[in-house]
Amino acid sequence: MRLNVPISVGGWGRFFTRWDVLAVLLILALLVFLAEASRHLLQPLAELQRQPVSLDPANLPDYAARTTLRMLIAMALSLLFTFTYATLAAKNKRAERLLVPLLDILQSVPILGFISITVVFFMALAPGRVLGAEFAAIFAIFTSQAWNMAFSFYQSLRTVPTELVEVSRNFRLSPWMSFWRVDVPFAMPQLIWNMMMSMSGSWFFVVASEAISVGNTTITLPGVGSYIALAIEHRNLAAVGYAIVTMLIVILIYDQLLFRPLVAWADRFRFEQESGVLAPHSWVLDVMRRSRLVDRLTRPFASLLRRLLLARRSKSAAPVKREPRNQHGWITFQWAAIVTALAAVALWQVARFVTQDIAVSDVTTALLLGLATLSRIVVLIALATVIWVPIGVWVGTRPHVAERVQPVAQFLAAFPANLLFPIAVSAIVAYKLNPNIWLSPLMILGTQWYILFNVVAGAAAIPAELRAVGANLRVRGWLWWRRIALPAVFPYYVTGAITASGGSWNASIVAEVASWGNEHLEAYGLGAYIAKQTEAGDFHRIVLGIAVMSLFVVLINRTFWRPLYLYAERKFRLG
Amino acid sequence: MSTALLDIRALRQTFPKADGGELLVLDGVELELNPGQIVGLLGRTGSGKSTLLRAIAGLAPPSAGSITYMGQPVVAPPPGIAMVFQGFALFPWLTVLENVQLGLEALGLPETEIRKRALAAIDLIGLDGYESAYPRELSGGMRQRVGFARALVVHPNILLMDEPFSALDVLTAETLRTDFLELWGDGKLPIKGVVLVTHNIEEAVLMCDRILLFSSNPGRIIREIAVDLRQPRNRLDPQFRDLVEKIYVAMTARTAAPPRVGTVATSIDTILPRVSANLLSGFIETLAAEPYSGKADLPVIAELLHMEADDLFPVSDALQMLRLVEVEGGDIKLTETGKQFVEAGTDDRKKIFQRQLLTYVPLAAHIRRVLQERANHVAPKSRFFDELEDHMSANDAEETLRSVTAWARYAEAFAYDDDSQTFSLENPT
Repeated sequence: MRLNVPISVGGWGRFFTRWDVLAVLLILALLVFLAEASRHLLQPLAELQRQPVSLDPANLPDYAARTTLRMLIAMALSLLFTFTYATLAAKNKRAERLLVPLLDILQSVPILGFISITVVFFMALAPGRVLGAEFAAIFAIFTSQAWNMAFSFYQSLRTVPTELVEVSRNFRLSPWMSFWRVDVPFAMPQLIWNMMMSMSGSWFFVVASEAISVGNTTITLPGVGSYIALAIEHRNLAAVGYAIVTMLIVILIYDQLLFRPLVAWADRFRFEQESGVLAPHSWVLDVMRRSRLVDRLTRPFASLLRRLLLARRSKSAAPVKREPRNQHGWITFQWAAIVTALAAVALWQVARFVTQDIAVSDVTTALLLGLATLSRIVVLIALATVIWVPIGVWVGTRPHVAERVQPVAQFLAAFPANLLFPIAVSAIVAYKLNPNIWLSPLMILGTQWYILFNVVAGAAAIPAELRAVGANLRVRGWLWWRRIALPAVFPYYVTGAITASGGSWNASIVAEVASWGNEHLEAYGLGAYIAKQTEAGDFHRIVLGIAVMSLFVVLINRTFWRPLYLYAERKFRLG
Repeated sequence: MSTALLDIRALRQTFPKADGGELLVLDGVELELNPGQIVGLLGRTGSGKSTLLRAIAGLAPPSAGSITYMGQPVVAPPPGIAMVFQGFALFPWLTVLENVQLGLEALGLPETEIRKRALAAIDLIGLDGYESAYPRELSGGMRQRVGFARALVVHPNILLMDEPFSALDVLTAETLRTDFLELWGDGKLPIKGVVLVTHNIEEAVLMCDRILLFSSNPGRIIREIAVDLRQPRNRLDPQFRDLVEKIYVAMTARTAAPPRVGTVATSIDTILPRVSANLLSGFIETLAAEPYSGKADLPVIAELLHMEADDLFPVSDALQMLRLVEVEGGDIKLTETGKQFVEAGTDDRKKIFQRQLLTYVPLAAHIRRVLQERANHVAPKSRFFDELEDHMSANDAEETLRSVTAWARYAEAFAYDDDSQTFSLENPT
């Protein structure tokens, strides 16, 4: 299955609408607000007790379980967010205009930069401090999972076939019932795919969010992430190895017990049945479906669920309103008033913040650093393209190879690449390499796989007839690549590259600074800037860094990726 | 208080246009459905018959006029009106049984009752043994049977059918029609009346007690035809053929104002039918050849070419617009220009086509004139699209532009570049 694009690709319209501007403003104001609040809250937390984390490998199963639990809780929250936020955006025209740009900008905010701010905030809110830290970690994971899920759900809701909507209205299904019987099932395959993506992505953040220092507050939650942090501090390569093995096992279990069954189960919700595509299989699901015991155990739940879904049936169908045309003046006015008020408050927050503590030189520095990181990402994406596109096409055009490579590539994308950083860093230290160059590949270590498995999927989707024509006309060599292979995989490549580029920005925050024991390496870039300010507890500059990075991401998405994606869709989409 | 199941008075339906104006889709529609009747809504694409059906179902409230169902005004989807859809509209994630049960679940019936009624409906419609199948495992015909079962299981008073047989192959469609008519005739269906939307003339004559003919853009009822033939009807029955012929005449008589030689339409507001130049030449050649020798009966040539009325009319419209044929009284006849076209070689055909296109299709002439007036002979598509949108829906505007582009390409009248979305006079050299 192909991924949906992780950015808003609504249309050819202008690069920025006023709703985008408002969304940017609101998010900036929120950041400023959190930062301001956190600054005052920081002091009393300084003496927080550190949870003792031990490097004994015997603790790893426990740590892994805790880490996994955090992710599951965050996933549940993300689903809740998805079902509410995306539904509101899809069903309410007025809300949609603000909620969609808001989501699009939120997706571009580097989560890793965000963690430091939210950690302090949540710890101050929660009565018990450990609980607060847990909240913060879960929130950080939530922010890495929720946006793309909500986005996919919103897009699915908008594309429910008209006839199905009409059926549900003709048979007078209540909104509650048609949500669960029509909307959710229709969105299910894409949603599950995005849940998998989110899960993969959040491994990366879980590792970063369990052990974090803000100013002189150090928060350590027992988990794989803090285990790794400790291992790095102690320069214990063996412990790093144990952690990596643990993660491999955890991800494998996750994949086999949770996602593979889910994907196989969700196959029935696919609306179009492409022929010739094998239905996904899961041994776990087969076992569960065939087992009488499971059937007996789940039957009461199924019945309960059924009753719940049918519970709120309406007595009479709601009258259908015609498109209102200036007759709801009062509501429009209220809505406008709320939006204006929000905008004003946000503007005031941001303006005060900017005039108070940020000098022009700070902004220039951040922008220059941003350019440095940008050039790194451009080079890396280009390199990954040159390496993975030919390999992806080669693999994709050979079904028996693709069958084996595809799961591996997806697995590699799920593997938190930051676990491998210590190994790379120790090598850089040992050989005294230039960090400005050699730290860079770490940024794309985890994200390059999106390019690979999208290209593989694209190459596998080239119709047999087109390949036969190529062979028949003896199109070979460079001509074959130029006229057949590259155009066919282009839309897929763009989707993968968008994901890879977005992920790399985020990764720069952990990849541009690295340490191994007391050796500290630092590259010149915006990621390093944010990391350093976090360590120093300078909230104003953290916000500045995040804002500048978001700006870069949004600008590149709007001016480069979105047009490229639309072009690819129009020109190269097969069928 | 009338005893009609359904009573529609002075119904008018408009849709908002991009520029804030309104697009009139249905106008002055009056309809009465009495118990025991099948009423057919017959018209061409764009005649608003599906829109009318959706208004009856309470899915799209009309702009003006009234719809009364069993004495109650329709403002929301009313209970007792069920619909069968052209594209089946089955939920792919539900089994046949679950699909059929859906409407009953929404009624909030007890589970045992739901099961009993669903199984009865499945039995009635001939789906026995398919209960646990998913729609994707079924053929088109079986899928539409599920569609029927799902609609009938709620015991509706009125069954609405939106071209229910048009997505099926000829044989399957015929079997399904016969089965339906048999059940209906035997009084086995739990319904009181039927409204059938169709563009298939023979289907309407075969199934309906009354047929309402619709004109296009906007949709108006131009004629009401009572079908008094006894069921089961025979397609070869001369009375049956007469009725079909009569409807053909009625439907072609009102298409595009009859062309009078010498006058040229000056407005670009005509929606152009989406027909390829290849199909046009193919049709003309068939018409010119034996046994027609330039003149044919519309139903006869439609049958020979396996074209339904909805496929045929766009072709005859386009040819008539280009003055290559004349349509009158259900007959289609080559004009002098049409004859020249048939006899000419490839290059001369293109020349004739170009001349006709630029003379008689105002939009083509308009685009060509704009291109000639501009210094660089290039104009963006959006310029013409916006102009068309003042007169028609965005969809029709898009289709019309595509048609004129296709014809202009064949005629080499002007070129279009999809990458830059521009029209130009240059042809690639």
